[in-house]
Amino acid sequence: MRIRISFVARRLISPLLILAAWQAASWLGAFSPRVLAPPSAILMAAWKLAASGALLHHLLVSLGRVVAGLGIGLALGSALALVAGLSRLGEDIVDAPMQMLRTLPFLGLVPLFILWFGIGETPKIALVALGSTFPIYLNLFAGIRGVDRRLVEAGQVFGLDRAGLIRHVILPGALPSALVGLRYALGVAWLSLVVAEQINANAGIGFLIADARDFLRTDIIVVGLLVYAMLGLVADALVRALERRALRGRPSLLPMGSA
Amino acid sequence: MTGLVRVRGLTRRFGAACVLDSLDLDIAPGEIVALLGRSGAGKTTLLRTLAGLDPAPPDAEIVLPHPISMVFQEPRLLPWKSVWRNVALGLSGPDPRGRAEAALHEVGLGQRLDAWPATLSGGEAQRVALARALVRAPRLLLLDEPFAALDALTRMRMHALVGDLWRAHAPTTLMVTHDVDEAVLLADRCVVLEGGRLTTDLRVELASPRRHGHPRFVALRQNLLAALGVDVH
Repeated sequence: MRIRISFVARRLISPLLILAAWQAASWLGAFSPRVLAPPSAILMAAWKLAASGALLHHLLVSLGRVVAGLGIGLALGSALALVAGLSRLGEDIVDAPMQMLRTLPFLGLVPLFILWFGIGETPKIALVALGSTFPIYLNLFAGIRGVDRRLVEAGQVFGLDRAGLIRHVILPGALPSALVGLRYALGVAWLSLVVAEQINANAGIGFLIADARDFLRTDIIVVGLLVYAMLGLVADALVRALERRALRGRPSLLPMGSA
Repeated sequence: MTGLVRVRGLTRRFGAACVLDSLDLDIAPGEIVALLGRSGAGKTTLLRTLAGLDPAPPDAEIVLPHPISMVFQEPRLLPWKSVWRNVALGLSGPDPRGRAEAALHEVGLGQRLDAWPATLSGGEAQRVALARALVRAPRLLLLDEPFAALDALTRMRMHALVGDLWRAHAPTTLMVTHDVDEAVLLADRCVVLEGGRLTTDLRVELASPRRHGHPRFVALRQNLLAALGVDVH
């Protein structure tokens, strides 16, 4: 126990020193709050935003966009990966355009999306959906194609039909890859959200940041960035928990020496 | 006697190499046949064709019973299913769980029903694979070097277990093996695959329990080794 506490303490030393130096430099007037607000001001801004309910409001709006966009991307990417992964014809039809589209820098599509979908919620959700479709598709497709051929043969010998093979062997075999895709998609979804919310938003964490920029409120900008960072961490932790639950019993997750 | 398995004129080519050359094979009901042969002789190809994993050429005559079960060299258990679910995989009919449990009790793994395959030892995993093959009450059991990957002690225990299971179920069996001792110990008949055909066909008429030191055991062993091109003198 002693070792653990001292380990945590040692890990905290340098971040705390940096924060203290930042605060001190700000007090001594080394840089103006217009460039970067001190930690104390950021903490105050976070407290005020939280107390007024504004932070929660913007957070929920952003969260809604990510959930909607990611949901669409997950459904679309999975459907396309199943079509391409489970049949040669499907691969020929689906994979070529997907491979071409994925090389597009999709954030560059923002101007087109504004022309197509206007400036409401649609282009924001569409951008998140588009960005998260590709990692889901690529990883699930590779996962399906990478399923151990020998396990498929065992399933065939023991009388599984095609549907049974897909359900009992191919999809569970592709699950680890699919979860990697989901984690990747979550990262891309947040990134897309940051970009999407810079364009004509009137709510959301991105709007909070853009609005603060107009008033040179660097403290609020940093609060917004911290919220993005924490949302990313929480999402990653959720997928890890999902992985632990879904991949029970798999060798990679057993503690060493338990076999 | 009518054969349960009847194969006539089975030819399989991979490119220019002719692995099986108009091969004939008969197996009587209840018979345990050991299939020996040098590495690359086509033993596994023959077994895979019988199991339906490789396409059967249309010009060959192949009569097989149903259902067929198989034990591979590796256990090939699904890592995401518990032991009993692996045994019950694809099982039709009433009470798959009860039948899977009974089969696992029979191979001595009644206490590991809910274990994950990754937590099993090599010998335990192969016993699960054996239970998975037997639970379907196969009329033909195909074994592809099922004990080759096990250590010597575990292999001896598996031989004893398989002997007991054979006496209880008497499934017609075709077993590929590299191990001449194993063949003479377990089989009713030993055949050697050479040049795409079965060149040697020896009946093993030894009293039970078979002992490695018995003069007829030794003689059979030497005959088979000679057929495999191993000079023991």
